[in-house]
Amino acid sequence: MNKKITIALSGNPNAGKTTVFNAITGARQHIANYPGVTVEKKYGTIHHKGHAIEVVDLPGTYSLTAYSLEELVARNFVIDERPDLVVDIVDASSLERHLYLAVQFKELGVPLVIALNMMDLAESRGIIIDVEALSSQFGAPVVPMVARSNKGIQDLLDKVVSLAGEKPRWEPAPISYGMDIDQAIAEISGIIERSEIYDRKYPSWWRALKCLEMDSQITDLLKRDPALGREIELICDSIYKHTMNTLEEEPEAIIADHRYGYIAGITKKVVKRKIESRINFSDKIDKVLTNRIIGPLAMITVLYGMYSFTFWASELPIIWLETLFDGLTAIVLAVVPEGMLQSLIVSGIIGGVGGVLGFVPLIMFMFFAIAIMEDSGYMARIAYMLDRVLRWFGLHGNSVIALIVSGGISGGCAVPGVLATRVLRDPKERFATLLVIPFMNCGAKLPVYALLIGAFFSGDKARIMFILTLLSWIFALFAAKVLRATILKGPKTSFVMELPPYRAPTLRGLLIHTWERTWQYIKKAGTVILAFSVVLWAMMTFPGLSEKQMADFEKERKALSEAFLSSPDVRGLITSEKDLPALNERVRRAVNGKASPGTSGDNRGLAMVAKAASELAQGETDLEKWDQKYLRAASQYLAFRTQIGYHERVQQQTALKGTVAGWIGQRLETVTRPLGFEYRTNIALLGGFAAKEVVVSTLGTAYSLGEVNPEETGSLSERLKRDPGWNPLQAFTLIVFTMLYVPCIATVISIRREASWAWAGFSVLFNLLVAYGVSLCIRQAGLALGF
Amino acid sequence: MKKVIKMREMSDNQRGIIKRITATGDMGRRLREMGLVPETAIKIQGRAPLRDPVAVKLRDFVLTLRNNEASSIFVEVDVPDPE
Repeated sequence: MNKKITIALSGNPNAGKTTVFNAITGARQHIANYPGVTVEKKYGTIHHKGHAIEVVDLPGTYSLTAYSLEELVARNFVIDERPDLVVDIVDASSLERHLYLAVQFKELGVPLVIALNMMDLAESRGIIIDVEALSSQFGAPVVPMVARSNKGIQDLLDKVVSLAGEKPRWEPAPISYGMDIDQAIAEISGIIERSEIYDRKYPSWWRALKCLEMDSQITDLLKRDPALGREIELICDSIYKHTMNTLEEEPEAIIADHRYGYIAGITKKVVKRKIESRINFSDKIDKVLTNRIIGPLAMITVLYGMYSFTFWASELPIIWLETLFDGLTAIVLAVVPEGMLQSLIVSGIIGGVGGVLGFVPLIMFMFFAIAIMEDSGYMARIAYMLDRVLRWFGLHGNSVIALIVSGGISGGCAVPGVLATRVLRDPKERFATLLVIPFMNCGAKLPVYALLIGAFFSGDKARIMFILTLLSWIFALFAAKVLRATILKGPKTSFVMELPPYRAPTLRGLLIHTWERTWQYIKKAGTVILAFSVVLWAMMTFPGLSEKQMADFEKERKALSEAFLSSPDVRGLITSEKDLPALNERVRRAVNGKASPGTSGDNRGLAMVAKAASELAQGETDLEKWDQKYLRAASQYLAFRTQIGYHERVQQQTALKGTVAGWIGQRLETVTRPLGFEYRTNIALLGGFAAKEVVVSTLGTAYSLGEVNPEETGSLSERLKRDPGWNPLQAFTLIVFTMLYVPCIATVISIRREASWAWAGFSVLFNLLVAYGVSLCIRQAGLALGF
Repeated sequence: MKKVIKMREMSDNQRGIIKRITATGDMGRRLREMGLVPETAIKIQGRAPLRDPVAVKLRDFVLTLRNNEASSIFVEVDVPDPE
């Protein structure tokens, strides 16, 4: 068995690195984080010609400085893990800039292979590259490829296997940066080599170069020997003064100039251009899509199209999933005996997790649409067009990606949204974005809106949804503005960004991107939300009624049924309390139209009453045919049923008030009364902390309707409509409060991972505060205006 | 006639050669690693709808910059000779 070969894939963002990685590893990918940092590490092992090759996808970088986390991670991986080969993926259509990173790998001395990707695009733009010449001039093997269509992948792997067999060594390949710098490098590397702390992990020449580039990681390392550190610092200072005086440039800039000079020297020899065929479709498309007037209109159209597509495509699958979960509920109801266990499974587990999983299609199609925008290059244009607007609010053009993923056009999820903030380099801009993305209308808030809009604003569903989308952006942007003017105050950042050429996305790329984000959503349902649903269920169940209360309710119920059975109209037709369940069942079936109750059987009186009651209940007017005694008994029965129903609701509400959740909900009323929320709403909002969709099911339970099935959501909606405590103003206040109040627990955990517990905690407090303030204003203004 | 002006002052589709970049520190580094170094040929590709950022074509790719960043880049451009 041969030794395992490790290769590191590196390259600029947009060089097609992910495509190459996917093409090599296929489905055999693993994702982890680099130790101690939140930079994603993707890796996978494949077999090629009898060799095991482990492929590690380094973060996309333009350079190898110590100034960004990604670059440091990439550099440290190469230095510390010593992969057998580094494969630098280079975009053939803009060779010069992409070779800048390759030059830096050469400086470091790693065994390097250049994967010359996007050969097709280069050709279509009239750029002809002499691959052989490039290889000999640059001093590294070059493999031409078109990763999108799998061309050249096998050649690359062949090359990797044959090169690794030669056991390549690290050989720094110095280039010249002009006399002054070269001399300083020689001096410093001499000093380093003489020193005792030189560990030979890095080439001394490279270390000297990094000292002149003022690379903090390397200079800090050398300062462990104070005398050495000072000696080097003196040289660096003097060369800095010298170049500033003579060339008006810092050494770092001169080094970069020479790198580009070196590259230009090579490309001059290996690149030929056919002027006549230089058609750049991307530039032509941009003339239209970023045009002053057409640009914004096209953007609105695209976003609206995405929104419509998502909701259209996910409509049926959502119904299928709902049916599936209803079926599951039905099975549990049939198999598991009534009691605590059944309640736990139905309300706690299926209610909570099913509610979340039910939205997977919506989330998935939204992420698919977002992946199309990202992979085609259009998302970069949106960031470009909106940068000026977002900057005014203290955000960055790239914040828009995180905001859209989190539900900016309705129906995303803040968990992948939090991860999408990683593209923001400035920590303050990033935290500001992190703190406002929970305001977006994620997929989980939509059922809450749907319920309340259905009950109180049924006429203008689309308009209200549009207003809510607009509101969430307004709140997010102004909150960001406030944050950036106060606790996240910081200097202006930059928008130095590449506009990648437009490309048709590949299906494989789209599916992988969609799945990665959707999986994060599903994972939250399976772990965090499952746990919290169970906890919430327990909080809403225990301790419940005391034994004395139970006995009292039982006594009252018995008294009611005795009074019913002993009334003169009923006596003789229904004799015993034992007949009541059968009667209830018959009436229920008849009313639901499932079966017409026969009038035969061993208890004809009961059957007749049931039939009469069902017709009365359905508002049947043709009652002439009925014997009056049955009709009287039936109306007695219906009155009794209402009484019992009321009694049961009182019992359930008393029980709910007696639970932990009820206790908290009632305590919170002191605070929430100005918003018009009573304890049941408070309990629901408490549940929403696990996941916003839980608000609906919890409201359902709290309003004594038992399980909230899709069909019954309508009845919850009806019930809220009839409840005297509810009106459109109340509903709207709750909608806005739900939009703003807290990130769900899964988001809080993600924020903690990306930032810290302190930021995650702050995020909860900040959102609560904003939600409370805004809802209070809406409520009080609404009351003052007489709504 | 040749004249050196700030990149910010260039008009859409105008071409020029970078002569000097005054940005230092992290900003300077960002610009350099994206290939904005003296003697690079550039062309103003266009501007965002609100006239900021600006899109610049150089080395066969398109780069965006905010106006204040474009102010630190000095570009030699052709200007018509005064009659």
